Amino acid sequence: MDQLVAVLIDGIIYSAWLFVAAVGLTLIYGVMKIVNVTHGSFYALGAYAAASITGWALAQGMPPSLSYPVLLGSALLVTLVVAPLIERGILRFMYVKDEVVILLITYALFLILEDAIKLVWGVNPYFIAEPYGLLGSFDVMDLTYPYYNLILVGVAIVCGVGLFWMLGHTRAGKLLVAVIHDTEVSRAMGINVERMYLFTFTFGSLLAAIGGAFTAPTVSVVPGLGIEVIVLSFAVVVIGGLGSLPGAALGAVMVGLVRSATIHYLPQVELFVIYLVMAMVLAFRPRGLFSIAEARKI
Amino acid sequence: MAAILDAAGLNKNFGAVTAANDINAAIERDSVVGLIGTNGAGKTTFINMITGYLKPDRGRIHYEGRDITRLAPRDITRLGICRSFQIPQLYASLTAYENMMIGIGVVLRNAGRGGFFSRGEPLVPGYEQPAAAVADGLLQRFGLAEYRDKNAQVLPGGVRKLLDIALTMVARPKILLLDEPTSGVSAEEKFAIMEMIMKAVRAEGITVLFVEHDMEVVSRFAERVLAFYDGRIIADGSPEQALNDPEVKRYVVGGELHRLDEEKARPRA
Amino acid sequence: MRPDRTPLTLLLIGAAILAVGPFAPQWTLFLLTVALAKGLVVLGLMMLLRCGLVSFGQALYYCLGAYAAGMLGRLYEVSGVFTLMLAGMATSAFVAFVLGFLLARYRSIFFGLLSLAISMILYGLLVKTEALGSSDGFNVLPSTLFGWRPADEWVRYSVLAVAAGVAVIAALAVHRYLGTPLGRLAPAIKDNEIRVEYMGASARQAVHVKYVIAAALAGLGGALAATTVGHIDPEMAYWTTSGEFIFITILAGTGSVIAPFLGALIFGIIQTVAFDISPNTWQMVLGASLLAVIVFLPRGLWSLFRRRKAA
Repeated sequence: MDQLVAVLIDGIIYSAWLFVAAVGLTLIYGVMKIVNVTHGSFYALGAYAAASITGWALAQGMPPSLSYPVLLGSALLVTLVVAPLIERGILRFMYVKDEVVILLITYALFLILEDAIKLVWGVNPYFIAEPYGLLGSFDVMDLTYPYYNLILVGVAIVCGVGLFWMLGHTRAGKLLVAVIHDTEVSRAMGINVERMYLFTFTFGSLLAAIGGAFTAPTVSVVPGLGIEVIVLSFAVVVIGGLGSLPGAALGAVMVGLVRSATIHYLPQVELFVIYLVMAMVLAFRPRGLFSIAEARKI
Repeated sequence: MAAILDAAGLNKNFGAVTAANDINAAIERDSVVGLIGTNGAGKTTFINMITGYLKPDRGRIHYEGRDITRLAPRDITRLGICRSFQIPQLYASLTAYENMMIGIGVVLRNAGRGGFFSRGEPLVPGYEQPAAAVADGLLQRFGLAEYRDKNAQVLPGGVRKLLDIALTMVARPKILLLDEPTSGVSAEEKFAIMEMIMKAVRAEGITVLFVEHDMEVVSRFAERVLAFYDGRIIADGSPEQALNDPEVKRYVVGGELHRLDEEKARPRA
Repeated sequence: MRPDRTPLTLLLIGAAILAVGPFAPQWTLFLLTVALAKGLVVLGLMMLLRCGLVSFGQALYYCLGAYAAGMLGRLYEVSGVFTLMLAGMATSAFVAFVLGFLLARYRSIFFGLLSLAISMILYGLLVKTEALGSSDGFNVLPSTLFGWRPADEWVRYSVLAVAAGVAVIAALAVHRYLGTPLGRLAPAIKDNEIRVEYMGASARQAVHVKYVIAAALAGLGGALAATTVGHIDPEMAYWTTSGEFIFITILAGTGSVIAPFLGALIFGIIQTVAFDISPNTWQMVLGASLLAVIVFLPRGLWSLFRRRKAA
């Protein structure tokens, strides 16, 4: 019983992390039809920016309670600098190319960003434990959980609900939905698709950076941080259906719970099980669980 | 004369739409059959069912006495039923010549010639010539020699149509189904193109079914006409008989005119 | 018709490697052998790419081949280099034959993602398998040539000689295959599968066959790499390894069976030189080269040769 509760709590926390890390990927695919490998780079960029800026601010005597908005601000800052640069500078010339070729282009960009990160931040690890340690912890049936994990869950809920609200209730969101359904018709109807692409790429990347920023206090920020995130996010969005937001949520919960269950009951198969689920879903529903027809993606 | 192809009681529904409703047609060996009807009448569905692209919900198709209803397109093709397409299906990034060579390659492979361990240049079955000679011969026969080394994607529409048909010929089909061979070709050229196709095809004694909207072309080239309306065959006979059938006049020939009137009327609205 | 110069070129390159090898510094021998091993994997990927398929999980077969060879040595003390390579090839080919029934139905991005998922399954398994050294992997026994073990200073050269021989044979076989009707079907599958079906061929079957051949080559390359490097670990199945192979495939282009080996060698040189000069920016150099090739040489480095010939 205790273990079941632990599985659930760990699963929810892990799902929240996965959702934030992956949801931008599905948004970018839905709108732009790009399987974006640089997503992992933005996760890493967010983590590095957050760790270094927050660490610097704390060293300057900033009260630790302010570090949460600073984490968010760092993610925003680094994304607003890098994402438009990549989209306007390189990607926009590539949209005519085949889906697979664009994937390779983002892979090339990922390699470049990996080293760019090392050039800017060096190869030594960064730690910022304050935002994590500050909140203390709580007990659930003899198990201790840091309060900080609740922040992660909160971030995931805010991101998810915010995205849904934006797509359904704002002008920009409704235009996005139109582009998702049919790019050509949207273009013909006078929607500025180019601007939509810039916005989507930046916004999607921002979500990855937020994921990285809020994870930074719980880990040591080292080179290669984004590499595993890429495959994990692929798994999450592929399970849910590329381009589907509810799919990303479902994928995150499935992967989160499955992983937490195996860690508790059968740790030998922990990693393997995630990709097994991904392969099974692809085998039986190649377009993922949440995609019925081609035209309806979100 | 014996029927080479026999379709009996074919039915096909797409949701609420009935695309084929009790289609019965026996096609005689060495005949030329025109398929007419408005768009959506069921002509292409008929061709798609015969060539295995669609499986009928009910009914049977026999070819030379053999049931081919459930066979895959490639198996039906191997038996000698080939088709062309309304929108030419070509290898867009390859030249006309390379398109032919791919087709010939498949024929060679299906005949067990030209494999990994075979030596020397294999001869194309039926032609008993090397592949290059067959490809050039067919291009010549369809008047495509001047386009030999041009990529299929840059060819003009009419030329693409001809290449699409020339591709079906590499397998030396016994039955050829041509889906609107002259669509996209100007009215003046239609007869010349059909003349060339028929000459190339009929020399081999191939049974031909072709879909055509131009009634003059139909009465000139078809020996028999099947008129489709609403998923059914409403007339089956010689061109004079079929084209003068009151139902055909009303739904097919007249329908065509009616449709044109509608299209003319639309821009004003 | 232009006479086919590829077989002669291949044999000459093979002979040149054998002739120059004894005088070359040891590290170049190692570099070249690894390039040949990776070139074998890329040769298979090239066959798939000609059909328009990009496998993001070819590391699966590379790793399987390496582990099959490594485990033969570890469990049964088999060290014959040809036995090991045969085992690596057979294991990968068998797995690909089974998985091919599923994968041959997929195209485009979904083929890539499913192959990625399957390769990550193997990675996840190996990382947690303590008997095989978990994430550290294990060392592979030095291999022998029909029971004969060369003197220490000749080990590198012997392995290179075997690799060169195997690579030349594999390249010749693939070259021959690409000339057969089934081999020539690749660009047709890429362009228009409907027409392939209506010509009486099965695109799925053709893809399946190519997939198995590609896997066999990857297994062979993996076994060779295991023998050369003397160590194997689960990283060989990780997605970054697959990424590296795709990188080389794109870099090389699909123009000739020689291209994959050339591409692998250039990759090895960039990696070694760039890493030597600046260990923190070598990936940047790789990424920039990949980008440049995709934009300026979409048919890969090999198109440079082709153009010169045409002129």
